[in-house]
Amino acid sequence: MMDYQSLLNRTARDIPPSGIRKFFDIAAEMDDVISLSVGEPDFPTPWHIRDAGIESLQNGRTRYSPNKGFTALCREICDYYKRKFRLEYNYKSDVVVTVGGSEAIDLAMRALISPGDEVLVPQPSFVCYAPIAELIGGKVVTIVTKQENGFRLTPDELRKKITDKTKLLILPYPNNPTGGVMRREDLEAIAEVIRDTNIMVLADEIYCELTYNGIPHVSFAEIDGMKERTIVVNGFSKAYAMTGWRLGYALGPEPIISIMTKIHQYAIMCAPTTAQYAAIEALRNGDDDIDKMRDEYDLRRKLIVSGFRELGFDCFEPEGAFYIFPCIKNTGMTSEEFCEKLLYHRHVAVVPGTAFGECGEGYIRVSYAYSMSHINEALRRIKLFLNDEKGIKN
Amino acid sequence: MKTYGEKTKGCFNNMEKLLKILVDNPRLTNAQIAAMVDLTETEVSDKIAEYEKNGVICGYKTVINWEKLEQTEKVTAIIELRVTPRMNTGFEAIADEIMAFEEVESVTLMSGGYDFSVCVTGQTFQGIAMFVAKRLAPLDSVVSTTTHFVLKKYKEDGIIISSGVEDERGADVL
Repeated sequence: MMDYQSLLNRTARDIPPSGIRKFFDIAAEMDDVISLSVGEPDFPTPWHIRDAGIESLQNGRTRYSPNKGFTALCREICDYYKRKFRLEYNYKSDVVVTVGGSEAIDLAMRALISPGDEVLVPQPSFVCYAPIAELIGGKVVTIVTKQENGFRLTPDELRKKITDKTKLLILPYPNNPTGGVMRREDLEAIAEVIRDTNIMVLADEIYCELTYNGIPHVSFAEIDGMKERTIVVNGFSKAYAMTGWRLGYALGPEPIISIMTKIHQYAIMCAPTTAQYAAIEALRNGDDDIDKMRDEYDLRRKLIVSGFRELGFDCFEPEGAFYIFPCIKNTGMTSEEFCEKLLYHRHVAVVPGTAFGECGEGYIRVSYAYSMSHINEALRRIKLFLNDEKGIKN
Repeated sequence: MKTYGEKTKGCFNNMEKLLKILVDNPRLTNAQIAAMVDLTETEVSDKIAEYEKNGVICGYKTVINWEKLEQTEKVTAIIELRVTPRMNTGFEAIADEIMAFEEVESVTLMSGGYDFSVCVTGQTFQGIAMFVAKRLAPLDSVVSTTTHFVLKKYKEDGIIISSGVEDERGADVL
């Protein structure tokens, strides 16, 4: 009899499984569940982008691309960053096309982190940073961001966590799950803290196209002197509704990108070529699609924020991404309790804030990548749920 | 050069937004709509009243998939009508006559091989056939009618009413 537990890589084995798994297993068994839980657009990929992928297949373009991605795509990516953020990257040396933004995050950490290095992870944030860092032997140091600061990273909180072992700072903005956005002055304050250090920054900008209230996304690489220490991670999933195509990229200094490309070459070979053809079309002709989707998300955002506030929740107004992160402390329940009861009693699925770090306790993540009628029905059910709970208490 | 954050084409102004929301989501309350278009609830209700008064908003409609109601028989037909336009009044007076029938759901003047497309509903195929034979065809100016019975509706007024498409997004992906 094989003792698999003793055979497994100890770090991989000991990383806790996602705590939300059981909810979704329960939800999958239930009828009539209204879900506001998923982290991907409800729009299909725009037709002209799909057509570009289809055309590449019809023409038999089904082989590998260069390891770092097609030159045409690398050029378009660099053009995009120049057009949107006035940043100059060399398409020959400063970009690598990856399997989703997730692979770019993995590559950046593997290229930079040696065992014992500390990685600063602001939380609440996307779930992948800590496990990836730990798999490489990095030590994760979390920085709690607070609602009163708009869930932004503040220079004081950052300064407190820096040691002589700090290697990398993750900047996950616009933020999943909070919707927090770092403005230029916030980034400048962060830059001041790290300017005289050797700390590198991984700026996860996957939601950069989805900001609201006229607040533009600012790339950390735009801040004076920061480009040389920033790995920008981005992708096509959120902006162009291309999640299933699995395509992302990283931009950064050549010595780091070349090591990332080397790892990518051995682990992955190249990103899917059909997706790369589609992505070229997306970058060339997809701006209007983004505008339309962003307008629609914005209406839903306003609907759902006002809806949750109406129900008595303290709900931070998100400035980016497509989630709200309301505080549920006034219900007296923990995040998990709230989500589990809401699912069982009124068949609405949302994600406990604790999925995004311990500091997410007292919060839930609610996605508004759903139609307005769907959101409205969920709000109606949550209202009934709160009334049920009040009835039980009284 | 278009920079990020600049308002671009495809964005609606507030009033167009209000109308679009009403078309797509007529069941939202005025308070909800107000939050979405950055107006007060009173401003929204005033604006809607104004649109109703000046005929921008002509009515409100519920799209029903009658097939789901077994006890309700409903038959729909699209009738192509060729007519001879009348002196002075052209197609208008004919359209007025046609749309006066309560069986008629819509009347549209068309380009191409016929003049009016008339949508008619009734309880039976026979009933619609009789309506066409006894009411529409004998009208002055009507030259010919061609009746097409609707077998199944897939989409109506932008709403998909007969589809097996489900949300297949994986709920375990954060």
